[in-house]
Amino acid sequence: MCGNEAMAEAAIQAGLDAYFGYPITPQNEVTAYMSQRMAEEKRVFVQSESELAAINMVFGAAATGKRTMTSSSSPGISLMQEGISYLAAAELPCVIVNVMRGGPGLGNIAPSQGDYFQSVKGGGHGDYHCIVFGPSGVQEFADIMPLAFDLADKYRIPAIILADGILGQMMEPVVIPQNAVRRTQDAGLPKKDWALTGAQGRKQNIVRSLWLADGAVEQHNYDLQAKYRQIEKNETRCEQTDADDADIIIVAYGICARIAKRAAQQAREQGIKVGCIRPITLWPFPSEIISKAADKSPIFLVVEMSCGQMLEDVRLAVAGKTPVVFWGRPGGGIVTVEKVLEKIQGLVTNPKKK
Amino acid sequence: MMQKVFTRPKTLKDCPTHYCPGCGHGIAHRLVCEVIDELGIQGKTIGIAPVGCAVLAYDYLDVDMVEVAHGRAPAVATGMKRTNPDKIVFSYQGDGDLAAIGTAEIIHAAHRAEQLTIVFINNAVFGMTGGQMAPTTMLGQITATTPQGRQADGQGYPLNVAELLAVLPGAIYVERCGLCSPAHIRKSKAALKHAFELQMNNAKGLSLVELLSPCPTYWRMTSPDAMLHIQNEMTKVFPLGKLKG
Repeated sequence: MCGNEAMAEAAIQAGLDAYFGYPITPQNEVTAYMSQRMAEEKRVFVQSESELAAINMVFGAAATGKRTMTSSSSPGISLMQEGISYLAAAELPCVIVNVMRGGPGLGNIAPSQGDYFQSVKGGGHGDYHCIVFGPSGVQEFADIMPLAFDLADKYRIPAIILADGILGQMMEPVVIPQNAVRRTQDAGLPKKDWALTGAQGRKQNIVRSLWLADGAVEQHNYDLQAKYRQIEKNETRCEQTDADDADIIIVAYGICARIAKRAAQQAREQGIKVGCIRPITLWPFPSEIISKAADKSPIFLVVEMSCGQMLEDVRLAVAGKTPVVFWGRPGGGIVTVEKVLEKIQGLVTNPKKK
Repeated sequence: MMQKVFTRPKTLKDCPTHYCPGCGHGIAHRLVCEVIDELGIQGKTIGIAPVGCAVLAYDYLDVDMVEVAHGRAPAVATGMKRTNPDKIVFSYQGDGDLAAIGTAEIIHAAHRAEQLTIVFINNAVFGMTGGQMAPTTMLGQITATTPQGRQADGQGYPLNVAELLAVLPGAIYVERCGLCSPAHIRKSKAALKHAFELQMNNAKGLSLVELLSPCPTYWRMTSPDAMLHIQNEMTKVFPLGKLKG
């Protein structure tokens, strides 16, 4: 299965009630797959008139307590930012998949990681975060889906799965987690007693993001921030490979992490001690792990398919303790093992070179 | 023994509103609440408040409600109704919300024949932001952004959304009424009731009731003059009556 289809089936197995989406390359397999499978499952599929409409359909379904998602690619995700800000403000759970392509603008349809800032720093207006996952293979793309729904429900927050055109398109053997439906009753997830289900026999429920009273939005923001601190504490996920004794630590996520790991392995064969730190959650970011690793004074090499976005978070975590260098390609250029290895070798011969 | 013959609808909360004197929202809210009461659907109705003067509609209407981004109500309603076909979903939208920023959403909701009820308040002006030109603003009408009066050349003509929607097969009922006299208000209520009944009866398509509604504040008129303005002027551009269904 290609990553797009694996992730779509995993969402269905995770109890997806409704999918809303608009065609855009390179994630069209999702929409096509959903149109067939959601009908078979007698669940909701709507091809919307725009990404604006898709994210607001998600808003509507989420407000009634349903498990819902949309998927798109970079330009479409930009259009959704208004809706994502409202979802974050109204604390509605949902999953948003971004199969990133080259940008800015219409860019191209090649794989990219250029939407990191947009995803982890908010993206729309206001102070908010979404939980952001950066899967690095088709299996992980599928495995993260039930977790994304669970965490979205647990914290009443939108969860973004930040993939790229390679992950969406490439085929790998994959085992889809079957019937991974975890609902409030059986999984320790909070009851959705806030949902709009008709006020029969109870007080009116209101889902809102406008707080006009003096100080009310300020308080709402503090409440959101308290929730974000909890998420940072409980849900930061990261994989470390040979980082303990490394002189050079590569920090990379998604498809770049697989390329980086291969380069690290080849470097080890040449006697260069290279390790990898792979953030699985991009927000919350594994800052503490990187900070601790920085105490041993390795050189950090950040590899991204962008001009250096996650680089800034690595620098913040390292806080000047040790050098942080970057190698990457923007606009749909693909990072290769050879180039990463070349960069590693360059750091060994001239460690101060940036 | 005194008998109570007239009372506040159960669905309308007992509280003062923030609306200006002479505003049509109070009448429209009451009509919607009377209809919800009479149809016995308070416990299964989900309402959508717009961005605009009626953004706080949930403070007055005692049903489950959501407040959504400007113009996006028909998309949000689609997400709700598709996943909750047993609920009654309605949006309450002004002319800025529905006829300007939300034209794509309302047209495509109708185009997909979504089973929704839309209450469209047309007062020919953006109220909440301070009386700017709306797509429905009348030619010659003075607003904050048409200080010389709206000119067709450069500012366009009033947009007749109801007529636009009526030609779509997915819109099954479209009617325009005016909140400008007791007789017209009774007609408005009948239209609203029909629009809700269609959804209750699982009719396959979208129903929209446009209500020409007074805004004395930004029309720069007294309340009685605003009522007369609807009857004598607005209805020339926005003719009353059933357009479809």
